[in-house]
Amino acid sequence: MLNLGEPLLTLAELVDIIHFAEAGPVDPEAKVDIAFVEGSITTPDELQRIQRVRANSRYLITIGACATAGGIQALRNHANTSEWMAAIYAQPDFIETLDTSTAIAEHVRVDFELWGCPINSHQIVAVVRALLFGVAPLQEHDSLCLECKRQGNVCVLVTQQQPCMGPVTQTGCGALCPKFGRACYACYGPKENSNSDSLSQRFQGFGLLPDEIADKFLLINNAAPAFAAAGQKAKEIDHD
Amino acid sequence: MTERRDISIKVPVLARVEGEGALDLEIRDGKIEELKLRIFEPPRLFEKFLEGRSYDEVADIVARICGICPVAYQMSAVHAIEQVFECDPGPWVHEMRRLLYCGEWLESHGLHVHLLALPDFFGFNSVAEMAKQFPDEVKRGLALQAIGNEIVRFLGGRSVHPIGVRVGGFYKAPAAADAATLLQKVQQQLAHAESLLRWSAALDLPSSKQDFVSVAIRQADEYPMNEGRIVSDAGHMLVSENFERHFKEHQAPHSTALHCHLDGQPYLVGPLARLNLNHDVLPDAVKSLLHECGIVFPSQNMFHSIIARSVEIYYGLFEAARILEDYVVPDVPYVDVIPRAGIGFGCTEAPRGLLWHRYELDDAGRIVQATIVPPTSQNQARIEEDLYNELLAFGLHNDDAALRLRAEMVIRNYDPCISCSTHFLDLRVKRI
Repeated sequence: MLNLGEPLLTLAELVDIIHFAEAGPVDPEAKVDIAFVEGSITTPDELQRIQRVRANSRYLITIGACATAGGIQALRNHANTSEWMAAIYAQPDFIETLDTSTAIAEHVRVDFELWGCPINSHQIVAVVRALLFGVAPLQEHDSLCLECKRQGNVCVLVTQQQPCMGPVTQTGCGALCPKFGRACYACYGPKENSNSDSLSQRFQGFGLLPDEIADKFLLINNAAPAFAAAGQKAKEIDHD
Repeated sequence: MTERRDISIKVPVLARVEGEGALDLEIRDGKIEELKLRIFEPPRLFEKFLEGRSYDEVADIVARICGICPVAYQMSAVHAIEQVFECDPGPWVHEMRRLLYCGEWLESHGLHVHLLALPDFFGFNSVAEMAKQFPDEVKRGLALQAIGNEIVRFLGGRSVHPIGVRVGGFYKAPAAADAATLLQKVQQQLAHAESLLRWSAALDLPSSKQDFVSVAIRQADEYPMNEGRIVSDAGHMLVSENFERHFKEHQAPHSTALHCHLDGQPYLVGPLARLNLNHDVLPDAVKSLLHECGIVFPSQNMFHSIIARSVEIYYGLFEAARILEDYVVPDVPYVDVIPRAGIGFGCTEAPRGLLWHRYELDDAGRIVQATIVPPTSQNQARIEEDLYNELLAFGLHNDDAALRLRAEMVIRNYDPCISCSTHFLDLRVKRI
């Protein structure tokens, strides 16, 4: 958001920014119309705090992969967090952290979700504009492939057998990776009704090992339900 | 007489990279009995996330460590991995990586100077408030931040968590026409950067002189970004493989953050340290502008950090223009790599200072073990030492609000990852 440039000043004219610690105003307990929540729930304190944010806000909107799906931090959910902590910190007891990194929606009702790691500034401005006009923000959940085709990019999956996650990933980034000739790595999270089985099979056909296929699903949005399930299923390909 | 002051910094943000910090200050008989900067740092589990992952996923994963300096993490990572693979990507990639780094310095320093440090310096609560009184200065800052973002987008596709970097080079080479357009925009901003530099040189900064050791990378022929040896003004000169012989990370008893010491002592990394050790390799045009503004390095005044950032903003644009003027589209923007087992080290200059990575790979190029030492943990011990000296010099008789403001200014000079948050100290004072 601090990356908006001059539109940040325009935005500050349109709405009263009540609490935005990185930019200045601090008033964490204020009643507000819109609360943007960034980051996942990873500490005991945040468990309490998100309840107050919900109670104080008319609309609660999550921004980014961490708040919306637990983020890359959710990789810890399947690991032995205390063992990991002990490997990094001499005194892990000093560190207050939960064993899991979870999405906001697992704790409170969320009105709108802005997916992506990172989200782009346009998503924020668009949602604020829509709410100011009194209309529901438009949420796009198409697959990345649609945007990629509209741009006329050469398909890296079909022509180069690259393990591209585009078919199961929602649009929003502008199909950047295929445009750069590389496979999408799903930083915008799962599209609606994604056919992960079919894509996994295709990746197997390219010669990817089960763990390698699982890694594709279990990255930035590893805890998004559709990806978590697909990743788990891919790991089990071995046992069939 | 015993007077106890507990100054606590509470940062009520629900976020990932920002920390929560507190400053415990105990004053007895006009002396500082105890000073502890406690920073809550969310656990750095990234080193664990990397284990088992393929070398070609590392740049995308480590980018997520920081939303402001993802390029730095990508650069240290790819250099370390290329060392294992004994791969030299050649001069085109070398130049483009410098250009990418220029973009990140511009974006990060532009943000810090205008959105974080200056509102603080002039006593505004936010940049929006400051923009009403200093509209031109704020717009200039946003424009400099924007050109940095644009440079990162040129090579990386987007400015946050860019996607263009791969082990061996870049996924795609930008078109020559795009380079020409960008060059024009960069040249237009040079005047902005020059006026920022003159302006910051004229700021009425506190005078302060402290003994501290500066650490940065250095090479004879260019201002440091991606390559060079680790040097200090205490006489160190190390290849990055030997970092761990002199630099040791440990968890301070009162803190959850890891502190790093050089031979057991605090030290400084970041823009001021870079300039202290490398001002002589700046291009002549930059040197003469510094001379004209009366800016002299080395400096042992940490408040000169804002000037150092302005110098690097100017240099970043100057260097970006130089690289873009010679831009040619290569046949292939990367070299092919052959995965193999081994240990590699990468040490580059993030906007906030030295960023050291070490990776152990297996023969398929999968990560066996990763260690990442970011600049903020290196500066932590130095910040404590600085606070101790600076608050003493400032005068402990000052009231708590004044002490807190001074402490904030001291901390902000280092632009630590918690700097966004420490602007908003929730001051609680207990007197016993």
